[in-house]
Amino acid sequence: MVTLLQLARDTAARVLDPELPMLTLADLGVLREVTLAPDGQVVATLAPTYSGCPALAEMRADVDAALRAAGFTRIEVRTVLDPPWSSDWITPEGRAKLAAGGIAPPGPAPRRAPGGPVPLTLTPTRTVVHCPHCGSADTEETSRFSATACKALRRCRACREPFEQVKEL
Amino acid sequence: MTDDHVYLSLAEASPEGDTRWAFGTGFEDPLYGVDTELPPGLDRDELTALCLALGDDALVAAQRLAEWVTRAPELEEEVALANIGLDLLGQARLLLARAGQAEDAGRGEDELAYFRSPQEFRNVVLAELPNGDFAHCVARQLLFSSWRLAVLQRLTAHRDPVLAAIAAKGVNELAYHRDHAAQWTVRLGDGTEESRRRMIAALDQVWPHLADLLDGAEPELRADIEVTLRQVLDAAGLPLPEPAASTEQLPRGRAGEHTPHLAELLGELQSVARADPEATW
Repeated sequence: MVTLLQLARDTAARVLDPELPMLTLADLGVLREVTLAPDGQVVATLAPTYSGCPALAEMRADVDAALRAAGFTRIEVRTVLDPPWSSDWITPEGRAKLAAGGIAPPGPAPRRAPGGPVPLTLTPTRTVVHCPHCGSADTEETSRFSATACKALRRCRACREPFEQVKEL
Repeated sequence: MTDDHVYLSLAEASPEGDTRWAFGTGFEDPLYGVDTELPPGLDRDELTALCLALGDDALVAAQRLAEWVTRAPELEEEVALANIGLDLLGQARLLLARAGQAEDAGRGEDELAYFRSPQEFRNVVLAELPNGDFAHCVARQLLFSSWRLAVLQRLTAHRDPVLAAIAAKGVNELAYHRDHAAQWTVRLGDGTEESRRRMIAALDQVWPHLADLLDGAEPELRADIEVTLRQVLDAAGLPLPEPAASTEQLPRGRAGEHTPHLAELLGELQSVARADPEATW
């Protein structure tokens, strides 16, 4: 038997990201928590990716609408800023879906103590990123900024295709 | 809303009377759903002033970066500057919303962004300087992001948990902005004779503002920024510009003094909201 809490969790977890529609909000690590109060109120908590991400309002509306469609009537969608979202929260399944969708998944996010020093990077990062089209490791960064805040632009030197990579954050 | 396409899902009529008319609209308070209660004993005026100053810096800098769209030297660069501006705009929205809550006078992000006059803005003057050539953009971004990163780093331990959280998100974003400006400084400084000449001229132009940014700063923050800037200029093979003898000739942005350029910038930024103050988007 599916409990109401499970139903609420599964429903919220299935909502797709507006800008990376191959991922669910759960895959992206944006959906932090879903709780169900004894009085029937569902509280879903989202962690925004970038401060200026215009998709947050969409995510919130989509989670609300999905829960409503599943029969819940008392719904609250909260935002949590702390701890800040990290690309490390993208699930292994999410990473596989990104690659299958032609977007290279991020490497490990830089580890920094809160408030600690942030090292300067003076040359383009030389991490190995595999081309999501042909699999070659011979790829280069063309720009750290791309069509959305969360992605960088790269180019494959083997198959010559440009591709995007979700940035480490 | 089960549709997997965001634009189609927007077109669906919602029983709740969804007023969004395009992707990203239907703006609500960016702190909606966040626990925004103020910790007891926190000085409201101080928090308001701090959030307003940092929010204004980000808003004005974001507007100048947006002006580069369709004018940047290459498409990738245009996308980069727009993205950096968007990050700053996001920080501005969060900070102005927090300023409004701390002020507790019923003003939200929109009232603060669109319905204040230039002398009510508290941004540093560096942010409002008109755009020059691309080297000027890089030089300004280098100073602005190095300084802002160091400031936000320290605010991650602020007593207000909301400001601390906004700062922590901002640090991660600013790390990319600072690297971007630093890498371009190296590329231009270490590039052709012409690019080097322009980079030196641009640094000379913005450098007097460093003293304004660091005015009243704790020595450790000052040292951090100076170390960063020296590291970048060394890698670029560029001389360290002479420090300004005094900042007296510069308007004090934090006190509401500005160049006429801010009024012009705000005129454009605020025109739509002021044309129809009752409009929603």
